[in-house]
Amino acid sequence: MGGPAGNTHRLLTVVKSGSIQDVKASPGDKVHVWPHLLAAEFTAALFITAFTLVFSLFINAPLLELANHNETPNPSKAPWYFLGLQELLTMFDPMIAGVTIPGVALILLAFAPYIDRNTSLRPEDRKFAISIQTIHLMFWAVLVIIGSFFRGQGFNFTYPWDTGLHGIFHL
Amino acid sequence: MANTLESPKAKPPLPQRLQNAQQQAADWMQDSQFWTSVFRPGSIFRKGYTDSPRNRSYVIMNSVLYHLHPVKVKRHAVKVSYTLCLGGLSFFLFILLTITGIFLMFFYRPTDTAAWADIESLHTQVAFGLLVRNMHRWAAHLMVITVFLHMARVFYHGAYKAPREFNWVVGVMLLQLTLLLAFTGYLLPWDQLALWAVTVGTNMMGFTPVFGEQVRFVLLGGQQIGAETLLRWYVLHVLMLPFVIVIFMAIHFWRVRKDGGISGPL
Repeated sequence: MGGPAGNTHRLLTVVKSGSIQDVKASPGDKVHVWPHLLAAEFTAALFITAFTLVFSLFINAPLLELANHNETPNPSKAPWYFLGLQELLTMFDPMIAGVTIPGVALILLAFAPYIDRNTSLRPEDRKFAISIQTIHLMFWAVLVIIGSFFRGQGFNFTYPWDTGLHGIFHL
Repeated sequence: MANTLESPKAKPPLPQRLQNAQQQAADWMQDSQFWTSVFRPGSIFRKGYTDSPRNRSYVIMNSVLYHLHPVKVKRHAVKVSYTLCLGGLSFFLFILLTITGIFLMFFYRPTDTAAWADIESLHTQVAFGLLVRNMHRWAAHLMVITVFLHMARVFYHGAYKAPREFNWVVGVMLLQLTLLLAFTGYLLPWDQLALWAVTVGTNMMGFTPVFGEQVRFVLLGGQQIGAETLLRWYVLHVLMLPFVIVIFMAIHFWRVRKDGGISGPL
């Protein structure tokens, strides 16, 4: 039964690759970590070291007088990253300012991925999430700035130019 | 030419001979069993390293330091404009803080009678003491900022969405641990700034319902800040919190890879 040239097999059809082989991973657009990523990381590390070093050469860390329980400085301020909380304490009951607001903010922040059910990454689809987070971050940033620069004696409102750089940064 | 033919054993000039000797020594060292056992294939210190795709892969796979990374990443993942390097900078600042912190530990005793004087003499008696303390202080502030900005960056890219939900939770923990590390370090200079900033901070803690007072008592080692507080916060600052944060960082970095690398472009 052979063909014209004595062949015993014939090519009958062309099939799509998916029907006979299972392609699991597509190569995608990838680059080698070395040197592309490591070089960038190394540069960033050098930059931040240089920045910290130069900054430290010119500006000294504060060291005031020895701790004294009998002499309360005026104003007494928490570290700047907690000044938002201290600012809230001037406005609300301690239970609300010190516990409820930061507690709720932290829980909502931690559970954001389980609250936000929207799967899109595109900013135009995430207007609500982006707005609410921007308001949230700005809320803390503004409070920290007010607490750091606009609070003087007795934690009363003042202007930074009245306090002066030395008063603010304890230089 | 004629000269060379007549005396084939003429010595090359001295610089040439030195260079040859250097090359021979280098070859001998790189061929030794010791050298090849230290530097695994793909190390740039191994003999015959060439810039090939195979060696680029080996560099990552065969290095304890670099194998945190995959061999290859998506092209957009190396774009600085996407990540702004903020997570990496936070990690690097942590390393910088560890190194400068270990240096400071050599000169510091966490007691109410010695602490302040130790820092005072660190400024004046120790070579580079003031500079290293400055770096520790400013790097700490900077790390709080970079961790905060990293959190904002990840949020705005929607990178917390599936499958990376849990890594976001770990990240929020890391933010809190960073704040705690910064806050516990704040007390250690034992000056007026430290004492009263921590007094204000820990008074807020007391407002927590049910267990607030108890937590405050355990953290201060008493009703008010004193020698016990200094020792407790020192141990928290140099040992316990770094120990915990390293575990969380390990999970954080491991999950970045397990969840499919950093999130895709917008």
